Amino acid sequence: MATAAPSRSFLQVAATEEAVAPPLRVVQIEGLVILKIIKHCTECSPALVTGQLLGLDVGSVLEVTNCFPFPIREEDEEIEAEGANYQLEMMRCLREVNVDNNTVGWYQSTILGNYQIVELIETFMNYQENIKRCVCIIYDPSKANLGALALKALKLSDSFMELYRNNEFNGEKLREKNLSWVDIFEEIPIKVSNSALVSAFMTELEADSPVNQSDYDRLKLSTNPFMERNMEFLSECMDDLSMEQQKFQFYYRNLSRQQAQQQAWLQKRRAENMARKAAGEEPLPEEDPSNPIFKPLPEPSRLDSYLITNSVSNYCNQINSLAGQSFSRLYLMKALHEN
Amino acid sequence: MALTDQTVLQFFPLSTSLSAKVHPLVIFNICDCFVRRPDQAERVIGTLLGSVLPDGTVDIRNSYVVPHNESSDQVALDIDYHHNMLSSHQKVNPKEVIVGWFSTGFGVTGGSALIHEFYSREIANPVHLTVDTGFTNGEASIKAFVSVNLSLGDQQLAAQFQEIPLDLRMVEAERIGFDILKTTAADKLPTDMEGMEATMERLLALIDDTYKYVDDVVEGRVAPDNTIGRFISDTVSSIPKISPSAFDKLVNDSLQDQLLLLYLSSITRTQLSLAEKLNTAAQIL
Repeated sequence: MATAAPSRSFLQVAATEEAVAPPLRVVQIEGLVILKIIKHCTECSPALVTGQLLGLDVGSVLEVTNCFPFPIREEDEEIEAEGANYQLEMMRCLREVNVDNNTVGWYQSTILGNYQIVELIETFMNYQENIKRCVCIIYDPSKANLGALALKALKLSDSFMELYRNNEFNGEKLREKNLSWVDIFEEIPIKVSNSALVSAFMTELEADSPVNQSDYDRLKLSTNPFMERNMEFLSECMDDLSMEQQKFQFYYRNLSRQQAQQQAWLQKRRAENMARKAAGEEPLPEEDPSNPIFKPLPEPSRLDSYLITNSVSNYCNQINSLAGQSFSRLYLMKALHEN
Repeated sequence: MALTDQTVLQFFPLSTSLSAKVHPLVIFNICDCFVRRPDQAERVIGTLLGSVLPDGTVDIRNSYVVPHNESSDQVALDIDYHHNMLSSHQKVNPKEVIVGWFSTGFGVTGGSALIHEFYSREIANPVHLTVDTGFTNGEASIKAFVSVNLSLGDQQLAAQFQEIPLDLRMVEAERIGFDILKTTAADKLPTDMEGMEATMERLLALIDDTYKYVDDVVEGRVAPDNTIGRFISDTVSSIPKISPSAFDKLVNDSLQDQLLLLYLSSITRTQLSLAEKLNTAAQIL
């Protein structure tokens, strides 16, 4: 992505390119992309949809300049090839009109924010193989009813990616890296930029009205259905979490039982050996790998519990912010009524 | 045409009250394509997608640019590209069909008539949208036209482009981010609380304005207007008449509900951090 300075040889530049690129600090999106994402997600809701993001990777800023939606995929073998064809076709057509042809990530819609699933991580890993830096933009169309623009840019943290690649999720490795469930996803701040032409048009066409529809939505008193759904999802997640906890408990209990068995067996062996030494025979080895009680138990992966924990904390955050807004509305009502 | 000496120029005024609504996405797209056009092109041309609403209004929802070559008397349009993009777009959204075409620049030129003919072969009555990116006349003008055929007796003479009313319509979700869409750069997306704050400020400003107006009318500074007065009285009387105690109870109940939810979510979070400490701290003996 960097052009070689004329004084350095190509090899030198390639070598420095391999050095760590500056960390991604902000995602710069164009208004056009936001509008397209909103349109696509609201049209197809409640179905969940995805699309591709195109743009440029410049230093510590990832610019997203265009995007195109993916058709809803049926579960069919031949559609796989069609999907790839569609993508190639779109990219080719867009390149003909001078749109940046660089994939920088993808976007997807979500309902109430339950997007932390394994598929997301797998998609990230797939993308990461081909592009150095990619982001995922999550948009929640249901929040639009409450007058909020729920757009988030996510990426996987590097330490998490390493662990995932090596597929080691047991307790020791996690303790080593000091990785907790907060560190899986990193949220990147979003900046919006518009070309001067577009902002001139918009300012001219749409005069500043004192109040617009989003204000009405925000002052709506009935957020109950939203809260109810949030709580439902939260309790489901807690159920999942407790199941995961039980799995761990089970594992630990088995482990300690196995260790007790091992100790017992070792004692017996030692006693036997003493007897044999007294009788003048060869001592038996103290280890017996063929004995099933020495088989190491596989530790269940903690990935699921981390993801669920992430979801739970997300729901809690949403509930908190919703409750906060409801407080302000209720106090406003009270003040109005008193007057 | 040997009938009479005088042949009348048939001029059909627009019989149907056709009007068009355009989504801001289309304008954004057009501007973006204009900025990215190849150097030798003076204007960009493309297809408009959308649907026709039951009351006859044309709803323009999406657009894509089509590469074209224009010289003084010839226009060449990349038809394959146009069909390819159309099929790709229809895979995502089969309800969007061609409703017309757009071009940047002010007014309608000769080449536009040819292009319009091409598009009228695709659909019955295409709408032609011009987006004036050059800001001639010092203002941004977006106009929509339909073409009407001028015929002299039986012969087709020319096509006349008649302007139809155009409306910029926005979906609610788009309105929310609208302030950020207007500026050239916004440092961050507004959070929920900031949105609340802005909304409350606006509400306060509105109430202040109304107060001032009423005061002015009472003092005689402004001529009273009956319709506004009626509006104000309607608004004030729409506050439901609940006795203060019942109202207080309502508010307190809702407050308590919200507090309960807040408490539950805080407990959950504490539980989470505890569970995590226990999980990772557990050592294998």
